[in-house]
Amino acid sequence: MSEFFSQGGYAFFVWSAYGMGLALLVAEMLLLRRERRTILARLGRLARLRNLDR
Amino acid sequence: MKINWFKYSSPATFYTLAGRLIPWFAAVAALLTLAGLYWGFFETPDRLGGSNPQKEYYRIIFLHVPAAWLSMWLYVVLAGWSAVGLVFNTRLSYMMAVATAPTGAIFTFIALWTGSFWGRTSWGTWWDWDPRLTSELILLFLYIGYMALHSAIDDVRRADRSSALLALVGLVCIPIIFWSINCPDPNQCAALHQRSSLDRIDPNILWAMLVTTLGLWAYSFAVVFARARGVILTREAEAQWVRDLIAAEAKA
Repeated sequence: MSEFFSQGGYAFFVWSAYGMGLALLVAEMLLLRRERRTILARLGRLARLRNLDR
Repeated sequence: MKINWFKYSSPATFYTLAGRLIPWFAAVAALLTLAGLYWGFFETPDRLGGSNPQKEYYRIIFLHVPAAWLSMWLYVVLAGWSAVGLVFNTRLSYMMAVATAPTGAIFTFIALWTGSFWGRTSWGTWWDWDPRLTSELILLFLYIGYMALHSAIDDVRRADRSSALLALVGLVCIPIIFWSINCPDPNQCAALHQRSSLDRIDPNILWAMLVTTLGLWAYSFAVVFARARGVILTREAEAQWVRDLIAAEAKA
């Protein structure tokens, strides 16, 4: 297993490359989830405002 | 069988369809990406000989090449939706274009970043103004330019049309990136970047790369659909179906 992580002494290069890829994809998914919650919350507030008008 | 494609160009229909498809694309993405990377890390030689000897660091290829392919492919998709939007004036096409751009930009950045770490080990430099690297950098700026232009114009329909035009003009970059290493006469390609050698590559490396590419392609479908659903909700906030949806959500 440690052989896998050391990548023949090139661990810094291999894992920096894969680490950035993983970080960006995870960040993208988390941002999308937060964005969806924000939109739904805003539309919910909008709907409650409309109900007050009636 | 005749399919009425315009039925799916209705944002309401697409919103539901995309919502149903996202979990499937996400599952396929996780499965294929992990399988491809496992194959790439455990079923391939540690070192490669030949005219361009490589040590373990070549394994960056399993992220580098799929990201680079997707960066170009997603740009073609972005320009395609822009063209459909300009020709048919369909709202959903523009929404798809807007939803595609950030993911394309992310893959372009990943291709550049991973290439930099591979370049440092393989060529001894993080960066070079080589045709392939430079044209890929311009692609990143095109994605950023598309998103910046779109967000700089307040009127959404004008923003859609102007940035669609930018996307179409920028399409010229894609063949430049492709031919920057694939030109017919190798001596005409003054590139540091190695030429494409898919026909001579170890089949294990090739297949690991292709499977990872399919996985990340499925990932792109999932996140682009998710982002498009957000864009649809925002833009159609006044539509009755969105109101019904929010009311049902409030009850739940």
